[in-house]
Amino acid sequence: MSSSPIRAGYNFAYLDEQTKRMIRRALLKAVAIPGYQVPFGGREMPMPYGWGTGGMQVTAAVIGHDDCLKVIDQGADDTTNAVSIRAFFRDLTGVETTEQTEEATLIQTRHRIPEKPLREDQILIYQVPIPEPLRFIEPSEVETRKMHALEDYGVMHIKLYEDIAQFGHIATAYAYPVQVNGRFVMDPSPIPKFDNPKMDNSPALQLFGAGREKRIYAVPPYTDVRSLDFEDHPFEVQRWEASCAICGSEESFLDEVVMDDQGHHEFICSDTDYCRTRLAQQEESA
Amino acid sequence: MYVAVKGGEKAIRAAHELLARRRRGSEEQPELAVAQIEEQLSLAVDRVMTEGSVYDPELAALAIKQAAGDLVEAIFLLRAYRTTLNRFYSSEPIDTDAMQVERRISATYKDLPGGQVLGSTFDYTHRLLDFALLAEGEAAESNTEEVEERVEESMVRVSQLLEQEGLMVHETDTESEPADITRDPPTYPSDRSARMQALVRGDEGFLLALGYSTQRGYGRNHPFAGEIRIGEVDVSIVPEELGFEVEIGSIQVSECEMVNGFTRLEDGEVKFTRGYGLGFGQCERKVMSMALVDRALQADKYDEEIKSPAQQEEFVLSHCDNVEAAGFVSHLKLPHYVDFQSELELIRRIRKAEAAAQEEDQS
Repeated sequence: MSSSPIRAGYNFAYLDEQTKRMIRRALLKAVAIPGYQVPFGGREMPMPYGWGTGGMQVTAAVIGHDDCLKVIDQGADDTTNAVSIRAFFRDLTGVETTEQTEEATLIQTRHRIPEKPLREDQILIYQVPIPEPLRFIEPSEVETRKMHALEDYGVMHIKLYEDIAQFGHIATAYAYPVQVNGRFVMDPSPIPKFDNPKMDNSPALQLFGAGREKRIYAVPPYTDVRSLDFEDHPFEVQRWEASCAICGSEESFLDEVVMDDQGHHEFICSDTDYCRTRLAQQEESA
Repeated sequence: MYVAVKGGEKAIRAAHELLARRRRGSEEQPELAVAQIEEQLSLAVDRVMTEGSVYDPELAALAIKQAAGDLVEAIFLLRAYRTTLNRFYSSEPIDTDAMQVERRISATYKDLPGGQVLGSTFDYTHRLLDFALLAEGEAAESNTEEVEERVEESMVRVSQLLEQEGLMVHETDTESEPADITRDPPTYPSDRSARMQALVRGDEGFLLALGYSTQRGYGRNHPFAGEIRIGEVDVSIVPEELGFEVEIGSIQVSECEMVNGFTRLEDGEVKFTRGYGLGFGQCERKVMSMALVDRALQADKYDEEIKSPAQQEEFVLSHCDNVEAAGFVSHLKLPHYVDFQSELELIRRIRKAEAAAQEEDQS
């Protein structure tokens, strides 16, 4: 694959080469210590903090001329922020972009993991707002780093237990905490817990970038990723009574679309590529 | 011998002349017209109107010009003018359901009746300096493509949808006379209407930081931007002598309804909670921050532990007003010779006494 020319006056993928090397060093450390949050010298990006500057810096650090990039937000390629980030990398790297999970070598994502299982030659890059899974229990960074160092995760289990006592369920539906490689408790970024099982033993490398909080972490391929739970309250994923109104899928994560002001709603796949591919297959076989 | 100049009338006059010259800048440049500010710095105008609590783009633009672009100073100027105005009527509550919507987005539903309407926004722009603007040219030529005429579809509110399904706490009009914080001194715990007024007038930066702190764990309230809408709404009054509503004009407002984390209510039901923000003109950052803080301040209502700054009503409301805050901080520049002199005298006396005691010990 060959790339097209890029915007004049800017380096390939926006960041200068020294910055990319710094980020790659952080990435190597992150891969070596699965689930551990590596502080890195996050840079100002031409997008606002909270909009994916961490994911973009990771993408910029690993992208090469031969890559094929897919960007999704909430599972969809056509959501405005995904469109914007994809256009940015097309403009500043000239690499090929795609909407097909199958074709992509790099997938930058916000809040979803594609439904189609990933392969060894793919990298999934997550945009992370709050990298610290313990943050909502303990606001102080000094304290949470200590808790990670001592593997002191009792408070997290207490929080989950309190949910069960109060609501009968664990009241965390997304950004559901996981334990990586039997050691670090990690925030999977705000993906629905529906996607958590896909992280476990994934053949693809998973990288996480938090720009504002200046942290990078990673899950290497084929790593054990376990969602926290209790023996009598095992982890379970969301289920719908409906199926996708477009492709009929009963297995994918569904978005609710409001149809009228009476509040009637339908459900459609959040993963637009998955839905499109299924529809094409159905048309072919029909 | 140095003689302190009392009052320094001449010095003050000279300083103000200098300020006026600096504000005007080099005479080689044409003077900035108020209308240009109103048209081309409209977002600054909107902020000054919101925190100045007067809907008058021309006066706000004038204040910005006079303040040489210092927005907190401009807000102060507008407030100081506002307070001199007669009040004839209280308007009827505006109805944002009936808004002529220019922008409407929801982060909770991908699609909903009326659709997602981006309108004008910095969102999704790449923050790359546009040097074409520097070269005095217009920005990249405007897209002359026909803008698709939008189908007028009714835009049901996200909050209403959730309420219908019984998923969100219901807000009701208590029909009570709202407070007027410009007339009545604050009392705590404060009435919700008084709290809302204080937040609308509150400093955008302060509320932004507080709202942000809730996202980072200091009083977390689990927000979703249920709906943000910007557009024109009608304002009407009911003159006593007529007894029916008369429309007196329209204003542009920004509104944000946050859908916040659910809780178990007193009646045992589990529902989403909510936060609300409203401001004049296009002020999305402000109304989002306001909605986050509004929700944080409902901690007491939902029996949540109050331990973070954004949840403490008295702390938030008594420090959010930038005219008050800027005034009191800047007052430190006023002479405090007398007070300082008293402290000087005291510290010297203490040190002298201690030195004497030490000498006595040594001898």
